[in-house]
Amino acid sequence: MTFFSSTAATLVAAIFDKQSALNPAGEQGASIARLWWIYFCVLTIIFVLVAIFLFFAMLPRRTRFVGQEPAGVIEQPNESHERRISTVVISAVIASIVVLFVLLFIDFFTGRSIYALNDQNTADADPLTIKITGHQWWWQVEYTNESQPSKMLTTANELHVPIGRPVKLTLNSNDVIHSFWVPNMHGKKDLVPGHPTEMWLRATQPGTFRGQCAEFCGLQHAHMRLTFVAQPPDEFEQWMQASSTDAPQPTTETQQKGLQVFMSNQCMMCHSISGTNARATVGPDLTHIGSRDMLAAGAVPNTRGYLAGWIANPQNIKPGVRMPPNTLPSDDLNALVDYLESLK
Amino acid sequence: MNAVARSPIRNINAPDAMSHRSMEALWSRPPGILGWLCSTNHKDIGLRYIVTAFTFFGLAGILALLMRIQLAFPEMHFLGPDAYNQIFTVHGSTMMFLFAVPVMEGIGLYFVPLMVGTRNVAFPRMNAFGYFTYLAGGLLMWGGLLTNTGADTGWFSYVPLSGPQFSPGHRVDIWADMITLTEIAALVGAVEIITTVFKQRAPGMSLNRIPLFVWAQVITSFMIIFAMPSVMVASGFLAMDRLAHVNTHFFNPAEGGDALLYQHLFWFFGHPEVYIIFIPATGFVSTMVETFSDRRIFGYTPLVLSLIATAFIGFGLWVHHMFATPLPNLGRSFFTASSMMIAIPNGIQIFCWIATLWGGRPRLHTPLWFVMGFFFIFVMGGLTGVMLASVPLDIQVHDTYFVVAHFHYVLIGGAVFPFFGALYYWFPKWTGRMLNESLGKLNFWTLFIGFNMAFFPMHILGLKGMTRRIYTYVPETGWGNLNLLATIGAGIIGISVLLFLINVFISRKSGAIADANPWAAPSLEWSVSSPPPEYNFYHPPSVIGRDPLWQNPEEQPVVVGLSKEKREVLNTTIIDARPEHKYELAIDSIWPLLLAIVVGLTMLWFIFSPWAIPGGALGSLIVLYCWFWRGNEPQPFAEGAEANPPPPENAPVPQGAVS
Repeated sequence: MTFFSSTAATLVAAIFDKQSALNPAGEQGASIARLWWIYFCVLTIIFVLVAIFLFFAMLPRRTRFVGQEPAGVIEQPNESHERRISTVVISAVIASIVVLFVLLFIDFFTGRSIYALNDQNTADADPLTIKITGHQWWWQVEYTNESQPSKMLTTANELHVPIGRPVKLTLNSNDVIHSFWVPNMHGKKDLVPGHPTEMWLRATQPGTFRGQCAEFCGLQHAHMRLTFVAQPPDEFEQWMQASSTDAPQPTTETQQKGLQVFMSNQCMMCHSISGTNARATVGPDLTHIGSRDMLAAGAVPNTRGYLAGWIANPQNIKPGVRMPPNTLPSDDLNALVDYLESLK
Repeated sequence: MNAVARSPIRNINAPDAMSHRSMEALWSRPPGILGWLCSTNHKDIGLRYIVTAFTFFGLAGILALLMRIQLAFPEMHFLGPDAYNQIFTVHGSTMMFLFAVPVMEGIGLYFVPLMVGTRNVAFPRMNAFGYFTYLAGGLLMWGGLLTNTGADTGWFSYVPLSGPQFSPGHRVDIWADMITLTEIAALVGAVEIITTVFKQRAPGMSLNRIPLFVWAQVITSFMIIFAMPSVMVASGFLAMDRLAHVNTHFFNPAEGGDALLYQHLFWFFGHPEVYIIFIPATGFVSTMVETFSDRRIFGYTPLVLSLIATAFIGFGLWVHHMFATPLPNLGRSFFTASSMMIAIPNGIQIFCWIATLWGGRPRLHTPLWFVMGFFFIFVMGGLTGVMLASVPLDIQVHDTYFVVAHFHYVLIGGAVFPFFGALYYWFPKWTGRMLNESLGKLNFWTLFIGFNMAFFPMHILGLKGMTRRIYTYVPETGWGNLNLLATIGAGIIGISVLLFLINVFISRKSGAIADANPWAAPSLEWSVSSPPPEYNFYHPPSVIGRDPLWQNPEEQPVVVGLSKEKREVLNTTIIDARPEHKYELAIDSIWPLLLAIVVGLTMLWFIFSPWAIPGGALGSLIVLYCWFWRGNEPQPFAEGAEANPPPPENAPVPQGAVS
């Protein structure tokens, strides 16, 4: 039995990994996964029972195949046989009602446990509050630091949370309906314009997980992904400290040139880099773009080649994305990439 | 009046050649293409629905294959996002609005009059109008796709994405007007079926003797009448929000409108829609299970009550499509309970069917194979449906491929498998020839295996985080293998449908000749020749039980005294089906087609201008004036005695409550 369950667990872990509802790394995700396995077992048993009954009803010795039957001979149901069948059917109905009620109660208790954090007094729980705004087709992430509002941190498509501490995500959409979903942590929540909402979760295991927009939101719905990093509190603090600073100054000549390219082209019309004059909020904040692991909301890895390709023509990677192509001379492009990569 | 003879008449369906010819002439449509366009015969209209809907099924299936090719490997460049979004939207909208609902109504419009023993539906011209309106909706939708104006916001077209700001152009307008046109057709069909069943049943067919197929059709029709107005309001508001010079703000949060309002309106229709598709299919299953078990159905009353319960509860669980939206938790618990509750009547139906097979001696013909496939697939889809009723599980799998798998298990398992079974079962009645059994079994097994190969892996993909409606996925997700498997499965489904078409083409020409009742079935449509004569019943029958053809039909009294010069049917009372009076049906007419054209053009015009509504109303008024012109319209009653109900002693009295 132990062998069986451990094999099963290994198998599940192999199939379901960093973007999966069945490999939970947070309190809420774990409750839901537990519920899932209960439902799975109960419903599988019901399915097998129905299949067995159907099989016996269709047993070859009872069933007549084409050509074997005398046509038009109607079975006259036998009274006692009918009564026996009625008893079986009525028992099956009662059993299904009982099973449904049991499932309903388990479901309600799971529901209470996954929403238990929401009911806690906000001050007692000391939650980390993160504001998430959905855009076509990227996630804006803002950490509100209540004690030091000046240290507010804005980033995109990447969330870091400390494990063990309640996290309150306030969700809103800037345009159409999106849905925030990191399956290893929690279920999804729709971001409906005009209906700001929130989601509470607590990560329990460190790791890097992926999430994805779950409500169809237009052309690039497929490439609206995000990275979710759960880390120990001290690591999280370090990340927070590092990310709350202004962008590092360019250190080399090419980086210096890259900054100029950024400021003298259309880049600064949409993006901001804190500590510079670029303060637009149409596109993702690029202050620490060099430290993120993915580009274009999870469409491609953050490597030099992809970054250059993305800047030159985003429409190749993400057709329909709002960012226009940029016709930069190649040394300008190189300098710009150098500069952006230095923004750790 | 002497509408019903008590003396037995043998061989009721084989009148002498001359009577047959004169009745054929009275009930058949005028010759030529014009005559074809004028036809109001329910068998013509029903077959048109079935053939048209099957064509849309094939077209939408081709779209599905295109999508599967695009998803077979990560980051494929077979379709771009714009093409993919149009294709998945038109696939879903076509399957729901242009295939599933109309095909079920089409089979109903063909068989309900035959099963209740009458000669045509209640309002034959309106029936023709319904078909042409549906066709107009289908042409609008597909004309849009073929001109790169295909709807691209999904089959439920959520606002604000489908609103004027985020979907400029006319793609969504085409979608919204297609909805209006097909819903008009659905409502028309529903009215036809309800009226025909309630007022034109054979004498003696009291409510508790109606075939389960007919019950399913009636209950579905009531659901259509209550559900469709909701989606017409949603699509109408959406069209008005989008229409230049009207620019309402029903769904625009910036102006005090509400995006969630749309979701409520849509799903108040959208969930019952699933049962509108599934309940007629249960009618097919009940019919085939009974016939091929060679015994009467087990649990007729529980089956009927289950259908009614499903129809009621089906209106009380729409919010489980909205569990992920910002709604209060308490309300969601109610919808969890109601969503689980609907498993009970559906469970009862499954148990009763298995009990019928158990208590009989099943004959395993092709239609029954499809019913077996239905059991396996639908039960699994129903059980994953229980998972979706749970809020915690739903918020994980909602809008993922798990849900895609679930609703294909429910809809293909619950409706398409019974539908294919029904095609094999009733093909002899339509054409006079049997479909080939060996090809039929091959058709079944390829469909069953292909289906499970295509859709079972999607459950796992959903739990692995694959969301719906994505035109591609990055390689690091690891979704590639299962998607490739699903694509191969989809290809096998395609081959299976081709096998079916080959079977139809071969059997149409050289299949075994079918006599009136090749399956030894109990219901009235099998008492007439295959294919049925234009007038259905030379003498409409009377019945004394639920399974008329298993109860010595030759000795039953028949209805005589209906006119042989006018298209007359017998009206009976709603509950006991006692004869009330004779009723003359309208003759064939071109005006239904012209009205459908006017309505179709109105909706097309409405894409561009609000003036379409007064303009279309005027046009419709003119056409309706001609339609109802006295010279065109037969008089329902001659003056005098014939309008009076016959004295009750002439009617065969239903014998007790249960046969």
